Amino acid sequence: MIQDIATLIRKEWKEVVFHRGGGRQSWISMLILLGLLGVYLPYLNGTDWLQNPMALFTWAWVPLFMTIGLVTDAFAGERERHTLETLLATRLSDASILFGKIAASVLYAWSISTSCAVLAAITINVTFPNNGAFQFYAPAMFFGGLAAVLLIAILISSIGVFVSLNAATVRQAYQKLNLAIMAVWLIPFILLQTFPDKVQSLFMKVAPVLDAKLPLIIGSVFAILIVLDAMALLLAKKRFKRTRLILE
Amino acid sequence: MTSGTISISTNDLHCEFGEVHAVDGITFEVQTGTLFGFLGPNGAGKTTTIRLLLGLLEPSSGSAQVLGYDTRTQADQIRLHCGALLEQNGLYERLSAEENLDLFGRIWHIPAERRAQRIQELLEKMDLYERRKETVNSWSRGMKQKLAVVRTLMHNPQLVFLDEPTDGLDPVAAASLREDLVDLARQHGVTVFLTTHNLSEAEKICDQVAVINKGKLLTVGSPDELRLQKSAHSIIVVGRGFNEALLAELRTFPDVEKVELQDRHLVVYFKQETDSGNLVQFLAAKDVMIDEVRKGKASLEEAFLSLLEEQA
Repeated sequence: MIQDIATLIRKEWKEVVFHRGGGRQSWISMLILLGLLGVYLPYLNGTDWLQNPMALFTWAWVPLFMTIGLVTDAFAGERERHTLETLLATRLSDASILFGKIAASVLYAWSISTSCAVLAAITINVTFPNNGAFQFYAPAMFFGGLAAVLLIAILISSIGVFVSLNAATVRQAYQKLNLAIMAVWLIPFILLQTFPDKVQSLFMKVAPVLDAKLPLIIGSVFAILIVLDAMALLLAKKRFKRTRLILE
Repeated sequence: MTSGTISISTNDLHCEFGEVHAVDGITFEVQTGTLFGFLGPNGAGKTTTIRLLLGLLEPSSGSAQVLGYDTRTQADQIRLHCGALLEQNGLYERLSAEENLDLFGRIWHIPAERRAQRIQELLEKMDLYERRKETVNSWSRGMKQKLAVVRTLMHNPQLVFLDEPTDGLDPVAAASLREDLVDLARQHGVTVFLTTHNLSEAEKICDQVAVINKGKLLTVGSPDELRLQKSAHSIIVVGRGFNEALLAELRTFPDVEKVELQDRHLVVYFKQETDSGNLVQFLAAKDVMIDEVRKGKASLEEAFLSLLEEQA
């Protein structure tokens, strides 16, 4: 199954991201992102970039943008280009096709995030040298950041593939996924606004206490992300039915 | 699998979509190493049957076995050993021809060296090797169709399903593909399940044909059997000296259904099987110069249309 997933990843990258005609655009977007997150912002922030946990949040946004194009194309694109039935008629198992599609976008986003992080460290070392000593992120921050990116990429990719499975065209999938992502980000803020003032002020009082318990909070966020990832993967797996896809 | 064994066997296979009976109780067998033509008009149930046989759809009732595997429970095994060119060519048009074949070679776990050899061998055979690096979207429909056929054969399948394989090919390419299909079946023992609208093509290459319409299987047999089964009882006389009075007299005979004169060919349709002796005697008595007498034989197309008319 690993070999089949690798085949699917290779195919997705070649066909959707780096295909001739559209490949140059993909390279340019990738270079812009690397330039922005790997050179320009670290240069502006100086050595703070390697110590400030906000950098972690910057990385976490990256997969969001990098996966959308790839995941929306996953099934809706195959359907639109009339290649889905041929793919389903191959020896590939359901799991290989589904997880291959998800893995293609997860790895794409994750590798760009990692490259940005490493490039940022190189930029800082070149522009703000510290007497020859190599400067890098704190291990917990670096590995925690990469793990967060991975979990977020899995979540978005799984939701994206689910949306793509249900969309007739790539455009439709793109619109649906954007709405879903907007809902995920906006609903907590909207819900918060609906609470009475008393409850809202209680949140504000608790905030400094929470700051002191940052590791616990980060741990909880990771646990929630893992649960959400598992749920999104299961949802996508449940929706993937060859016999249903062939008729859509 | 060897010749003489059964590659496909269906038993009272049904597939319903709500009120629509896309496949309505079909039962047939396909011998290994044969070219089997599955004929029918648009919407007859041909593509649905292929999907059922590949395990891409579940039958509503009945059963089917492909290469000895059950389509409900062992569809993965069926797809492992079969190749399929479906309604759409299914090519990745942003990839080159070589990349398309390489992808399918990888899907079937063909080792790198063998994969490269196979790609070269197949593309050269179809005269596409020189253009292997071009993206497929710049190709003509016929070239794409050739590539799609080649892709189907990439992993040396035991059984191939081809949905209208010569569609879009020029006559030379179509003839060449037909030769290749015959060669696949005769030399390599590959079973070919072919749907086509081109009845003369089916007549030329198929060992067995089945006719399906509105989901029902109307007949199965060799093209010859089908032609004989549906042949009108006619006698063709080639000669000179035919005239309207002679034709009018022939039409008065009680066992004659119809008389037609086409150029120097007199075609007499009888209501039942008739010996040509009486007709020849009659014509000779009317001073007709007879060059040739033969029994009429329907073409596969005529037999096919006759079957559809009967069902209607």
